[in-house]
Amino acid sequence: MPEHETTPAKRLPVKRPRAGMPTQDAKARGRNFNEVALGYGEELAVGEAERCLECKKPVCQEGCPVEVRIPEFLGKIRDRDFRGAYETVKSTNSLPAVCGRVCPQETQCEIKCVLGKKAEPVAIGRLERFVSDWAMGQSQDKPARIKPNGKKVAIVGSGPAGLTCAGDLAKKGYKVTIFEALHAPGGVLIYGIPEFRLPKQIVAEEVGNLEALGVEVICDVVVGRTITVDELFQQGYDALFLGTGAGLPMFMNIPGETLNGVYSANEFLTRTNLMKAYLFPEWDTPIKVGERVAVIGAGNVAMDSVRCAFRLGAKEAAIVYRRSEAEMPARHEELEHAKEEGIVFHTLTAPVRVLGNADGWVTGLECIKMELGEPDDSGRRRPIPIKGSEFTLNVDTVVMALGTSPNPLVSQTTPGLDVDKHGCLVVRDEDGLTTRDLVWAAGDAVTGAATVILAMGGGKKAATAIDKVLQGAK
Amino acid sequence: MFIIRKKRDLTPVTKLFVVDAPLVAKKAQPGQFVIVRIAPSGERIPLTIADADAKAGTVTIVIQEVGKTSRQMGLLKEGDGILDFVGPLGRPAPLTDKGPVVLVGGGFGVAPIYPIAKALRAKGVKVISIIGARSQDLLILEAEMASVSDELLVATDDGTKGHKGFVTEVLKQLIDSGRDIELVIAIGPMVMMRAVGKTTEPYKLKTLVSVDPIMVDGTGMCGACRLTVGGKVKFACVDGPIFDAHQVDFDEANRRGKMYATEQKLAVDRFEKAHHSGPCACGCGGGH
Ligand SMILES: Cc1cc2nc3c(=O)[nH]c(=O)nc-3n(C[C@H](O)[C@H](O)[C@H](O)COP(=O)(O)OP(=O)(O)OC[C@H]3O[C@@H](n4cnc5c(N)ncnc54)[C@H](O)[C@@H]3O)c2cc1C
Ligand SMILES: Cc1cc2nc3c(=O)[nH]c(=O)nc-3n(C[C@H](O)[C@H](O)[C@H](O)COP(=O)(O)OP(=O)(O)OC[C@H]3O[C@@H](n4cnc5c(N)ncnc54)[C@H](O)[C@@H]3O)c2cc1C
Ligand code: SF4
Ligand code: SF4
Ligand code: FES
Repeated sequence: MPEHETTPAKRLPVKRPRAGMPTQDAKARGRNFNEVALGYGEELAVGEAERCLECKKPVCQEGCPVEVRIPEFLGKIRDRDFRGAYETVKSTNSLPAVCGRVCPQETQCEIKCVLGKKAEPVAIGRLERFVSDWAMGQSQDKPARIKPNGKKVAIVGSGPAGLTCAGDLAKKGYKVTIFEALHAPGGVLIYGIPEFRLPKQIVAEEVGNLEALGVEVICDVVVGRTITVDELFQQGYDALFLGTGAGLPMFMNIPGETLNGVYSANEFLTRTNLMKAYLFPEWDTPIKVGERVAVIGAGNVAMDSVRCAFRLGAKEAAIVYRRSEAEMPARHEELEHAKEEGIVFHTLTAPVRVLGNADGWVTGLECIKMELGEPDDSGRRRPIPIKGSEFTLNVDTVVMALGTSPNPLVSQTTPGLDVDKHGCLVVRDEDGLTTRDLVWAAGDAVTGAATVILAMGGGKKAATAIDKVLQGAK
Repeated sequence: MFIIRKKRDLTPVTKLFVVDAPLVAKKAQPGQFVIVRIAPSGERIPLTIADADAKAGTVTIVIQEVGKTSRQMGLLKEGDGILDFVGPLGRPAPLTDKGPVVLVGGGFGVAPIYPIAKALRAKGVKVISIIGARSQDLLILEAEMASVSDELLVATDDGTKGHKGFVTEVLKQLIDSGRDIELVIAIGPMVMMRAVGKTTEPYKLKTLVSVDPIMVDGTGMCGACRLTVGGKVKFACVDGPIFDAHQVDFDEANRRGKMYATEQKLAVDRFEKAHHSGPCACGCGGGH
């Protein structure tokens, strides 16, 4: 028997199935923008935490890019020390309420959990969300006064990478200023991921926590246009961090893509989430949803788009994906939720062209059936078109969710800042030092479209490196 | 908040604002634009920079009231704040060293033409300007344009001032009179820009226009602003907004511009109801 033999009896792990997540009824939620997953209550949380074996060598932790001390915080939940649990999480993860909701846990921490070998892994993400939500409901202690160290760092972009880097540096005494191009901070968390998955209030509170640490957030500044990297250095910043994400939408370059009714997922989601088009005409930004919507792709972005389309009133909202369900890159939970809500799936189907009427509006999507051949570079089986299998989907809106690449505005206006052939910023080391001295970068701008937690992990590493270099330079 | 320092009513539906925006003012080049949002529930709308004063830290914009947001913006007064004012966006107008350049401005398009004229003149390039409007009282910035043009020609649809008819007719006369012209730049309503392109095309006279598709972010992130230029899809906010008039697919641009026509009408009707039922105290003078 493992070490926990010696711990008090109440600390013995409890054998029971993983606690299910309470959710809004599928039928109702499919048509509203309220959060789908309702979160564990105290009893469910304590019960689920009791399943953890508190392994001496917690392998789960290795799966977490920001190294949350998982068994320690689970143990505190079990002891009903929720405040302590929250502080444990928060000490290495500056956005736990976000990660608990959107991390692809099934491929990060939970996939490593030893319980997963025989039964279901501990619901680490859900418990992380539980402690964060619990803490938000409590009165917040004023953050301890941090002694300024006299150095200034500018952060470009307020997505998870930028926010994490900012938080870590602020805690070390740096004067940190975040410059954001849009009118609200949060990056994809605010313009991309919908309200029903990540309430915007939570992002706002996390940003508020950073501001309480002394971080200044300046919106409406497009670095590369409003001000350049070199000008920021002239203004006295000692170092820079670029967390500009991968915001450029890709299209397929098939005929009909400029017809009225064809959107990039970025536009569709930005109108819906950042601009709150679901509240039109109370809010000013409109969106055209139509009766039948096809979303092309099967990642998180596609799932969010298709579920938004349904919530915005489409009679039918469908995913069109050229591979099969097994290859879909979306988080498992989102896929399940989408199915429950009545989203239609056309797998092994690839669009050929968008059809339109004389007035230039979408009337359909011509597709071709695919079959899976040999595995390609990505290890997934390559889809091959089946000759003569063309057919037309009767739709009036098409959303392209094919992926994104980094925005060149900063690299184009910063001499010496190199990008690779995909437009991703080149970094010289693990910490994200770019080809310009004193400029670090992380997140999607470096990796291409990835995940929140990887962006945060990168932001954290860069903060440590910036501190090391600037302190050495004293 | 970006504070409105000065406001001038150029016509009953065209308003000029001088806005405190020091960072934008320092960087603004002719041909670039800003994106503005005036209320927390408001839309982001693009507006061309009509002038910028780096020393004073101010940027001038001219807005024509067409739909809900522009009307609501028309109600703002000196001292009021604009919630968001981001820029300068887009590529600057390519300023040649060789003239003469003919600048054509129609309606509110005279405003964005002004800084281009000013910059060309500062480089010693000869500027011939043609400005037009439906009627004399809708003509804007005539004196300002006169001060930065070597020649200023005026056209009004109803003949109340200058040539009776369209700016394109004046332009054609100018070309046919055998005048030496290096480049034409036209800014105004889409129909006008397309007509200017049609006018100069037979002469193979290089012509640039500033297209104004629907935009959201203005930084290349959404693709709302895409249009076809020379058979290729471009994002107007980062690749433009200035393009070769002979290459732009105006049919498509026009059609895409009407994508939200129903929603826009609904928004205007709601706005009018709220602001114009009975005597109104909002300062708009009632009835546009
Ligand atoms: C719809 C959608 C759903 C997703 N769902 C999930 C999920 O469930 N789980 C998950 O882990 N990941 C998900 N992702 C991926 C995840 O959101 C990203 O990997 C992550 O946000 C990257 O963080 P970042 O900080 O690198 O960049 P971003 O979040 O993209 O933030 C970059 C910020 O920089 C700003 N910026 C860019 N250029 C400039 C400039 N020149 N000047 C100033 N500011 C600038 C941008 O406006 C933006 O605010 C999703 C992505 C999308 C689009
Ligand atoms: C690069 C650029 C520069 C511009 N410069 C000026 C300027 O200097 N002065 C000026 O008065 N107008 C300018 N416009 C147009 C201006 O942005 C629109 O008139 C404004 O958005 C209308 O908003 P609304 O709510 O009042 O009208 P709506 O009812 O929304 O629309 C009325 C008309 O404006 C167009 N429009 C609507 N929303 C947008 C949008 N987000 N972006 C672009 N067009 C839209 C529609 O196609 C429609 O024809 C410019 C547009 C662009 C793209
Ligand atoms: S941050 Fe994400 S990966 Fe890390 S423990 Fe939490 S849910 Fe797992
Ligand atoms: S691997 Fe699983 S059981 Fe072991 S400590 Fe981590 S969460 Fe607990
Ligand atoms: S306005 Fe969004 S890409 Fe041009």
